[in-house]
Amino acid sequence: MMQAAGTEVMQRITDVVDALKEKDGALLPILHGIQDEFGYVPDESVPVIADALNLSRADVHGVVTFYHDYRKHPAGRHVLKICRAEACQALGGQALAERAMALLGIGFHETTTDNAFTLEPTFCLGLCACAPAAMLDNQLIARFDETKLAEIVKEIRS
Amino acid sequence: MSQRIYVPRDSFALALGADKIAAVIQNEIAARGLDALVVRNGSRGMAWLEPMVEVETAGGRIAYGPVTPADVASLFAAGLLEGGDHPLSLGDPEQIPFLKRQQRLTFARCGIIDPLSLEDYEAHGGLAGLRNALAMPPLEIVKQVTESGLRGRGGAGFPTGIKWQTVHDAKATQKYIVCNADEGDSGTFADRMIMEGDPFVLIEGMIIAGIATGATHGYVYIRSEYPEAIKVMEEAIGIARHAGLLGWNVLGSPNLFDMEVRVGAGAYVCGEETALLNSLEGKRGVVRAKPPLPAIEGLFGKPTVINNLISLASVPIILDKGGAYYRDFGMGRSRGTIPIQIAGNVRYGGLFEAAFGLTLGEIVNDIGGGTATGRPIKAVQVGGPLGAYFPEKLFDTQFDYEAFTAVGGLIGHAGIVVFDDTADMLHMARFAMEFCAIESCGKCTPCRIGSTRGVEVLDKVRAGIEPERNLALVTDLCNTMKFGSLCALGGFTPYPVMSALTHFPDDFRPQVLPVAAE
Repeated sequence: MMQAAGTEVMQRITDVVDALKEKDGALLPILHGIQDEFGYVPDESVPVIADALNLSRADVHGVVTFYHDYRKHPAGRHVLKICRAEACQALGGQALAERAMALLGIGFHETTTDNAFTLEPTFCLGLCACAPAAMLDNQLIARFDETKLAEIVKEIRS
Repeated sequence: MSQRIYVPRDSFALALGADKIAAVIQNEIAARGLDALVVRNGSRGMAWLEPMVEVETAGGRIAYGPVTPADVASLFAAGLLEGGDHPLSLGDPEQIPFLKRQQRLTFARCGIIDPLSLEDYEAHGGLAGLRNALAMPPLEIVKQVTESGLRGRGGAGFPTGIKWQTVHDAKATQKYIVCNADEGDSGTFADRMIMEGDPFVLIEGMIIAGIATGATHGYVYIRSEYPEAIKVMEEAIGIARHAGLLGWNVLGSPNLFDMEVRVGAGAYVCGEETALLNSLEGKRGVVRAKPPLPAIEGLFGKPTVINNLISLASVPIILDKGGAYYRDFGMGRSRGTIPIQIAGNVRYGGLFEAAFGLTLGEIVNDIGGGTATGRPIKAVQVGGPLGAYFPEKLFDTQFDYEAFTAVGGLIGHAGIVVFDDTADMLHMARFAMEFCAIESCGKCTPCRIGSTRGVEVLDKVRAGIEPERNLALVTDLCNTMKFGSLCALGGFTPYPVMSALTHFPDDFRPQVLPVAAE
């Protein structure tokens, strides 16, 4: 069984890499593709990517770790990103982030024990005239407040 | 023809439930058997009114906002299709003072047209600039852009025409046009609004840049925090390709130009042009030393025009109306218009395009209407996280590249973030250092180490540990970062820190804790 699962993962990695490796500057598109496929960038993908692009594994590792978006581990079922930037701070963004941490019992870059939420900071979603802003998975939220936060947590936990 | 009801697909509106509103409107149209269709437009830029629904009536467009899904039934009951009276009615949107006072050149179509309709785009003046450009020799296009006085809208303010001239003159087998849409500054959303509300204007601007300089391929580097912009931009490029606007024979001419979207990965520093080029090449977003300039050795070592999105999106109007027309707006060496983005704790936030020259006070008080909380304004940060904090006594500063430099600030990408009197400026100064530490690419020491030390020293100030000595240390550190960093991230982080310290010294004094009454 383990062998079969491993083969399947390798196949999925190879499919993503093969579809994108001919692009100029293919590494970021490939890493986005891998993360879209798995929800994170598995360690097993690094040598496959390095081989396809004629790079060293260290080169690929360096790029994966440079960018905030790429995860080394799977996230929870839902990712809640709260904006920490200035415009959101001007309307209580920090207090809201602290409220979210208290409500979920985790800090930034952490996942709840029930695996329901990963909390991440973000710096600007371009909603600065409707601050504070947040993003639940791919859903943007403007004029974020305690009510909206509580609704999200309740809905997902129920 | 079916009557059009506009529900924005701009992120402002989407983040406030516009998709649900559009669905409820569709249901009402079906249930009432009306001959109407929902068009998903961009945003007019009046964020406090979003989601703002508009309807096309015989007497022109009538707006309603801010609309919630629960309001839709009552809007139809009030005769939405006839522009009927309703508590949410705003009348003719163009008569709303915030919009009426603007001079919209770059944003002329944004919020008005269906962003993914080339017919709409052309009917509102689109492609006229490209058609003019196709009839000119490339050098004449460059000359028009130079004459317009257009300067880089990303913040550096470098004359766009000179960049183009350098790439035009460079000899190479391949040249590139790169659009910097890595709009990471807090308080800015102009690039996003163009991509979501009028993507063809960017495509047109990039084609013109390609024809002028001999570049045949373009990249739009969009930050991953803008999922909607990425979606609309990709769709628009597909439509443009299908219509013969992109590809082997641009509008039937012998010119080749094609372009694609590339998505960033959450690194603020990639908004710096050389870091962006490295990122596009698939490398760590580390800043490159200049020279060589990107115009000589840019993407993949080839001559590259790398411009801010707003610079490129301003090119079609310049080629349509001529460089002199654009130059006649503005003041001093800041020519044309600038999309000012008013954000943070402000009553009337949004996008305000105007000629250079408004004062900061006019923007924040007259146009922005003061704070959203109703409290007095304490500080205004101009130009994103690397911009200075302005106190009220500097509100007579005119919005102009040179005027801002003269008072120790920068206009950056023209984002303005308003703070009320509850803001703690020591906290904001520390945040500037923390942000720099998180986002530093690590190449140069003043930025990589200086920012972390800056956080530590400001924490000591907060804790009341030798405040005088530590503030002197912060000042010295800022000096090192300002003059010793390779790019604007480390080089400009001192602006928010030092402006906070200079203009709000009381916030940096040890706090006297009130003694509890026994």
